[in-house]
Amino acid sequence: MDLLNALVALSNFVIIPAIAYGSQLALGALGVTLIYGILRFSNFAHGDTMAFGAMLAVLITWLLQSMGVSFGPLPTALLALPFAILGTMALVLLTDRVVYRFYREQKAKPVILVIVSMGVMFIMNGLVRFIIGPNDQRFSDGERFIISVREFKALTGLKEGLAIKTTQGITVVVAVICVALLFWFLNRTRTGKSMRAYSDNEDLALLSGINPERVVMYTWLIVAALATTAGVLYGLDKSFKPFVYFQLLLPIFAAAIVGGLGSPLGAIAGGFVIAFSEVTITYAWKKVLKYAMPESLEPSSLVQLLSTDYKFAVSFVILIVVLLFKPTGLFKGNSV
Amino acid sequence: MSETTRATALFAAVFAMIALTGFMQSWNVALLILNMGLISAIMSLGVNLQWGFAGLFNVGVMGFVALGGLAVVLTSAAPVEGAWSAGGWRIVIAMLAGAGTIVGTVMVRQRMAKGRARTIATIAILAIGFFVYRAIFDPAVGAVEAINPALQGNLGGLNLPVLVAWPMGGLLAAGVAWLIGKTALGLRSDYLAIATLGIAEIIVAVMKNEDWLARGVKNMVGLDRPVPYEIDLQNTSSFVNRAEGLGLDPATASSLFVKLNYSILFSVVLVIIFVMAQLALKSPWGRMMRAIRDNEVAAEAMGKDVTNRHLQIFVLGSAVCGIAGAMMTTLDGQLTPGTYQPLRYTFLIWVMVIVGGSGNNLGAVLGGFLIWFLWVQVEPMGLWLMEMITAGMPEGSGLKKHLIDSAAHMRLLTMGVILLLVLRFSPRGLIPEK
Repeated sequence: MDLLNALVALSNFVIIPAIAYGSQLALGALGVTLIYGILRFSNFAHGDTMAFGAMLAVLITWLLQSMGVSFGPLPTALLALPFAILGTMALVLLTDRVVYRFYREQKAKPVILVIVSMGVMFIMNGLVRFIIGPNDQRFSDGERFIISVREFKALTGLKEGLAIKTTQGITVVVAVICVALLFWFLNRTRTGKSMRAYSDNEDLALLSGINPERVVMYTWLIVAALATTAGVLYGLDKSFKPFVYFQLLLPIFAAAIVGGLGSPLGAIAGGFVIAFSEVTITYAWKKVLKYAMPESLEPSSLVQLLSTDYKFAVSFVILIVVLLFKPTGLFKGNSV
Repeated sequence: MSETTRATALFAAVFAMIALTGFMQSWNVALLILNMGLISAIMSLGVNLQWGFAGLFNVGVMGFVALGGLAVVLTSAAPVEGAWSAGGWRIVIAMLAGAGTIVGTVMVRQRMAKGRARTIATIAILAIGFFVYRAIFDPAVGAVEAINPALQGNLGGLNLPVLVAWPMGGLLAAGVAWLIGKTALGLRSDYLAIATLGIAEIIVAVMKNEDWLARGVKNMVGLDRPVPYEIDLQNTSSFVNRAEGLGLDPATASSLFVKLNYSILFSVVLVIIFVMAQLALKSPWGRMMRAIRDNEVAAEAMGKDVTNRHLQIFVLGSAVCGIAGAMMTTLDGQLTPGTYQPLRYTFLIWVMVIVGGSGNNLGAVLGGFLIWFLWVQVEPMGLWLMEMITAGMPEGSGLKKHLIDSAAHMRLLTMGVILLLVLRFSPRGLIPEK
């Protein structure tokens, strides 16, 4: 019984939050890794693209709510998501046309493109703060829990409760759908295959008649969809705050690099590696150990390896370790 | 237009704009812009050393600036009574234990043959070391933070004059930069960027959370300053007489006098660093650095030690940022770790370097002044613009209020637009590298 309680506590505080967070990171990292694979630079504006997409979703959600539209037990934001994706797609295509294309034609060095993306980051960040302001916005509605602590306790008679938030459930389901669609697209469709070919070997792809501008355009469209979805899911799960998305840049990059830049499968694995390490290292294990260990060995302290304020340090250390010992990442990514 | 006239004209234009601020708004604002402009110029000289000279992509500037600020507290603040005996030494011992663990791990990994035994030994040493460190560290920190927590609860500083803190800020930043460089400099450019981005976040997180160090987010206020206090000046009859002779009231005169003093101090530092950077650029060492930047492989084939030269310039550039950070904290008179944000302290400095002209010290200095001026002045300009746009809207309309409230966020937008325009139409900056 005690071991069961330990398991429930573990799921409640570690496994479920980490899976949700990992899915959000994976979606973000997929965007970063696609840009790196096709356009060959690290996009510093990705966090702010997520913020922009999420902002659109928040605004559309408010509009829908004011019109009295709701999605039953599910958050209205899910209805707003497709429109937000369209808006973000328009924005990234615009930035590509106005900003990035010039440097692509110049065959500028990747590091120049990174600096350019810093400029785009400033603009998007300013835009988001300009439109919605720098404050917290809550936009989740509908049912709060799939299963709440009290229901779970009543159901099982265990001392520990298990809560699954609706947003956590939705995060995982949406992420699975997105990833499935993405892999189907990359592996089965003609455009997807040409994207992979372009990423593997640009010259060969050009020789075989692949239109690079088309590949780039599709990449931006997919990246916009992924970034918006990731941004909305993160915003639903926590809350929408423009500055937080900028800070997500670090774990997202860490996830993409740990998995191997340019490798979609790696980005997903990397997302979960980072999320699980962050949560397990900053979680106070006392509660779980209290059940799992015999009474005589019960820990007196919180058994928290690092305070939660240092969660950035976790992704960073993993990043450095991977870079030093396996520079191409877990799944061999391409390196320029 | 020759290079010199162009540079002179640009500098004259920037200083004319600052002077115009003095005439139109107030001299207080103008001097504030000038002082922070001087500090920004030093920061951008530091980044220019790394990026312009050596092509190192460091986006961790914020961390080194923050370390400079920390150095001010650790050098010039008065020591907290009893803190060292309560737990200070034990914290030092814990730190040594932590460092010893890492050194031990590295040594074991060097000595032992590759294989499962080595992996197990590594993990075992790290795990034991971590728990020993925490066992000494936690109670020591508790003891220090228990001393008068409302006002102190930290170790305090060495009680040295605050001017000593500026080079100390440089030293502290250099030390940390050496540690970081040793591990991260082998990485490719964009990996290095992300690594330094993370390091800066970690440094600021440490400063926010380790209250025993400098009170964390409880902030350190009332730090020493190298110039007289306004209130003392206002109570000095000779100063008041002289101010009245100039036709100023004592309050304004004292605040201008203090700011002018800072301007002079900062200018001296800027000139020293600028001359040193200029000499370095023109020396054989500077030429070697640029050779490495332009073609690493060729430079290595010529027998240049690329890794060590990179480490050297990374440490030097970070030290310059640390000095600037210490100066900034002295100017503010307080250390507030919560205010360090990457957009302001890392990316804005990058805009300064790129806009000014990377690889050119004069350009970096110009970028520092120009971008800082715009950063400050875009807000009132944006507000003015918004009031113009919304002038026709009815009073009390939601959109009007929103637009006027959002004017403050115009500055980020403007910085992005400036950066992109410069990159597009003048990619080598306003004063390009020769």
